[in-house]
Amino acid sequence: MAIGVKVVERPIAQTSYVRATLSGLANTLRNLVGEHKVTMQYPEQKWDLSPRWRGTHRMLTTEDGKAKCVACGLCPTVCPANCIKLVPGEDEEGNRYPLVFEIDEFRCIFCGYCQEVCPEEAIHLGRHYENSEYSREGFVYDLERLTAQTHPVTEMWDPADPKGE
Amino acid sequence: MIFTVLATLQAVVDRQQPARFWPWLTITVVKLLLVFTVYMLGVAYLTLAERKISAWIQRRLGPNRVGPRGLFQPLADGLKNIMKEETMPAHVNKAIFVIAPMLSFIPALMVWAVIPFAAPWASRWGRIEMVLADVPIGFLYILAISSLGVYGIVLAGWSSNNKYALLGGLRSSAQMVSYEISLGMSLIPVLLLAGNVTLSAVVNQQAQFHMWNVLLLSVSFVTFLISSFAETNRLPFDLPEAESELITGYHTEYSAMKFSLFFIAEYANMVTASALIATLFFGGWDIPFMSADNAGAVSGLLVLLSAVIFIAKVLFFLFFFIWVRWTLPRFRYDQLMSLGWKVLLPLAIAYIIIVASLILALDMAGMQRGFTYGLILFAVNAVLLFILFFVLDRGRIVSPAYRGASVVELAHLRGITAARARLTSQGGGVH
Repeated sequence: MAIGVKVVERPIAQTSYVRATLSGLANTLRNLVGEHKVTMQYPEQKWDLSPRWRGTHRMLTTEDGKAKCVACGLCPTVCPANCIKLVPGEDEEGNRYPLVFEIDEFRCIFCGYCQEVCPEEAIHLGRHYENSEYSREGFVYDLERLTAQTHPVTEMWDPADPKGE
Repeated sequence: MIFTVLATLQAVVDRQQPARFWPWLTITVVKLLLVFTVYMLGVAYLTLAERKISAWIQRRLGPNRVGPRGLFQPLADGLKNIMKEETMPAHVNKAIFVIAPMLSFIPALMVWAVIPFAAPWASRWGRIEMVLADVPIGFLYILAISSLGVYGIVLAGWSSNNKYALLGGLRSSAQMVSYEISLGMSLIPVLLLAGNVTLSAVVNQQAQFHMWNVLLLSVSFVTFLISSFAETNRLPFDLPEAESELITGYHTEYSAMKFSLFFIAEYANMVTASALIATLFFGGWDIPFMSADNAGAVSGLLVLLSAVIFIAKVLFFLFFFIWVRWTLPRFRYDQLMSLGWKVLLPLAIAYIIIVASLILALDMAGMQRGFTYGLILFAVNAVLLFILFFVLDRGRIVSPAYRGASVVELAHLRGITAARARLTSQGGGVH
């Protein structure tokens, strides 16, 4: 006999196969007739996302349709996944703007630091999750794409209201 | 020839006498087509029923995209399987590999030939039995044919040249051989009571007692039910295809329509098993609380009603098969064997002796076969079932490993367990 086999003294109700089977059948039948179905019919029904849901990015724009970004370089610095590529430019009046602003959504870990660090409230994460693509290149969002997206943006965590109530 | 048909059509015949040759032939062909169509459609929709019921039991919705409420799902499945590429792995034994699905599919269909699905019809051409072939060997034929189905599975496992498939086939053959015996043994009490193996005789006997065999021979019903679960490879006896251990067992290497045939065969076997349970233990087409349907051949309306009753009974057992599948986990292999050989077989044999002596005693006492006779049988069965379920069923049925240990060994093991627990609680483990 093998050493250390655990032997349990079970009550009769547990060692009886027929009675256990019958109670199991009753259990499944209760679930069968119960109306509570948990399936969500996905394309028609969708989850209500939390206001703090961190999904794919959006770049907010000023009234004249330009990106709010001033190419300060804080977000590529803070980004732990190193997924933001920023090449700054400057116009005649000395205003800085991004020449290239790309986010590789494949590398992104959706931590939300870029949104937190942004002094202009330009780059945001979004309440959005349907972002499949046919190629890896499709996941590198350039400035045009980031400004064109319209989904609602993520709200930051508010220390005064930690549970978001 | 056509004149012969017309002549027989016009002839006035005794409606209780068997029909003459030409009407008989025509109606048999019609019955064949009808039964085959209904049967195959039923099998197709059974796959949908299984998916739906399993979903409901798990509080899901189940397939609901193809057609209204998912009703065309079987068509989509069939189309998919036909369009799919037939893979032929390089290492298989080709001839046997191709023939195995057919071998498992055909016996499942053949069994239906002898199952009576409605009351005999008193038509204008004479009495017409509502069974494809009312052969005198009756359920012996069913036992013979249904045990052929195992060849398909064993050969599939063998020809695949794959270790998992082979193990599945081996398990299947061992399981079928074990449970075939208790299946056959549980039918002997039915035979004793009916005195005849034809299924229509069994149905008539149940009508004569005004009581179904499930009450007259309850223990037989229980053993037959469990054995037929094992024979159809349904959970909790689906060891031949145990996904978690054997991938999918004997049909691991199969794809497309060849795989589909195994699948259809499983469901066809389920329908057959349900029809057998309904016929042997639940009165077949016998309409409950009504005696008009048992007066020999009956009118068309009653035939239809009895067919509906029969289908309802079969559907109930199909539901039961599915219901049990989504309730019970799979047996371990030693549990399977000990249940078959150490529980069901002795039980069935002991029950044969009890029923035989009881029938002999009652017949010698000069009692007429009828309702009172049935009540006595029922009382005995109730006592036996009580003993079986509430006294004998204590850890013996499915825990052979536990029961196999002697008292001394158990004490020893408990000592070791306790010592380990002590050591662990003191901070030192056993390494």
